Amino acid sequence: MKLSIDIQKRLGSFDLAMQSAIEGDHSGIFGASGSGKSTLVHMISGLMTPDSGELYLDDVCLYSSRKRVNLAPEKRRIAIVFQHARLFPHLGVKANLLFGYKRCHPEHRKISPEALIEVLNLGHLMKRGVNKLSGGEKQRVALGRAVLANPRLLVMDEPLSALDDSLRYQIIPYLRSVSEEFGVPYLFISHSISEMQLMTDQVMVVSQGRIEGISTPDQLARAGMANNPKGYLNLLRLNGAKAHDGLFHCPWGSGELIISDGKTGEESLFELSSRDIILFKQHPEAISARNLLECTVTELFDSDGRKGVVLESGGKTLVAEIVRSAAEELEISTGNTLFAAIKASAFRRLG
Amino acid sequence: MNLSPEDITAILLSLKIAVTATLLSLPIGFATAWLMVFRHFRVKVLLEVLINLPLTLPPVVIGYFLLLFFGRNGWGGAMLRAAGVEFIFTWKAAVVASATVGFPLLVRSIRLGMESIDRQLLQASRSLGASWYDTLFTVVLPLSLRGMIAGSSLMFARSLGEFGATIIVAGNIPGVTQTIPLAIYDYASSPTGTSMALSLCGVSVALSVIILLLHEVIGKQLETRREA
Repeated sequence: MKLSIDIQKRLGSFDLAMQSAIEGDHSGIFGASGSGKSTLVHMISGLMTPDSGELYLDDVCLYSSRKRVNLAPEKRRIAIVFQHARLFPHLGVKANLLFGYKRCHPEHRKISPEALIEVLNLGHLMKRGVNKLSGGEKQRVALGRAVLANPRLLVMDEPLSALDDSLRYQIIPYLRSVSEEFGVPYLFISHSISEMQLMTDQVMVVSQGRIEGISTPDQLARAGMANNPKGYLNLLRLNGAKAHDGLFHCPWGSGELIISDGKTGEESLFELSSRDIILFKQHPEAISARNLLECTVTELFDSDGRKGVVLESGGKTLVAEIVRSAAEELEISTGNTLFAAIKASAFRRLG
Repeated sequence: MNLSPEDITAILLSLKIAVTATLLSLPIGFATAWLMVFRHFRVKVLLEVLINLPLTLPPVVIGYFLLLFFGRNGWGGAMLRAAGVEFIFTWKAAVVASATVGFPLLVRSIRLGMESIDRQLLQASRSLGASWYDTLFTVVLPLSLRGMIAGSSLMFARSLGEFGATIIVAGNIPGVTQTIPLAIYDYASSPTGTSMALSLCGVSVALSVIILLLHEVIGKQLETRREA
């Protein structure tokens, strides 16, 4: 998927002028609320008309003031998943799911309802009224409805913002798997860096009606490290935890991590703040932190007066954050060996 | 209950006129409400005033305007004559009078229903491949159903009670254009008509109560069906 943007729009005192292009099947638009990302999404999907400019999705012209082209939203084949599911209240789950499918030209129907219902685990909901669904179920049906329209592009407009934390991370695997399983490229819109890290490969950063640039979610997280209250969030997917003495031992790279709030059986996602990692130059004799990892420094980066230290341990990487004076005292440079201490309780389980 | 055969005719005629007026106005009312809620155009305020005018004007004034328009020298009258349609002083004129007077009530209720529809539902529909008219019939229409039922029952009840405009364009001809209110008017102006008038008043009250009850029941049912 390639989206080329060159548009202008004035809305009262808000002035939007964006020019850029983003390529890749897992792309994102990142920006604070009021940055213009919603307006941009509305113009991409045809729900709002720019004042002037051009919009291309691959080689299809969606809008061009020069060529006098303005494709109607239903002709763009860009399906939206909204923040709140917005299911049709007068239709049941099945009719909601099939709304777009029925209107899709037969030659475009590549995704079958049966396969989708299977992937999204919706079978048991089919006979229910949409008002009898929980928030997470509603969002899954909304996702299914959008995917079944067999769109060229799936736009997810803050689809997780209305859900609470535990549900949010239960939905993410569905969002990803549906796109990968059926080959639907998506554009993921959010103001959360961790969501970007989990969902996208490249991100268009939007601020005050302008596109600031294209970045990777990791670069974005690194740049925001000093100003984010939680620092840089390391996201770890851990499998095969074993309970032992009230703690969970999870294999990680060639070693293992000891975690208090673990879960045996299924794969779990954990976040670890860069600020919860303490670095030692030499092996400390004895410490209370349950994890002590021998690491190699592979990279150092600056973020607003803080130093980010990229560590490699057993084939896995972690980002730790220290103040500049600490970096100077420890004389950290690329290639150094350090010891990272992490408390078992520092890992927060997301889902 | 003391009803003469003429009274029965008046009751049936009232029902026929009210049903026809309501059914004819529904599609126009729906389209007008849609225009007012979802479209932006320049003369919207003017249209708004025009639609609501019958609500505040004395019905006699409306009747008089209709008489001028559909009368011998009016445009409407000329067109109808060319088409060979007898209009003034027939039940059709009573239908038009009722429709004009009840129309603002109908539009108002449908509008209220439409205004409560979440705009993102319409955006979702469009992005899922439905054109604007497809969205109109498969999303807007079903979600306006409650407003349409509320508006229809109000309008139907208003039509049953229509007097001022009707007597001017349709007259008060027993068996042809005499509806319940006109019959009551006749009885009230004769010294011996009190009990006859009261019987028809009773019918009026009964009809109104039935309509309002139906309105409540259907509204409740739609609500529970939506929650199911």
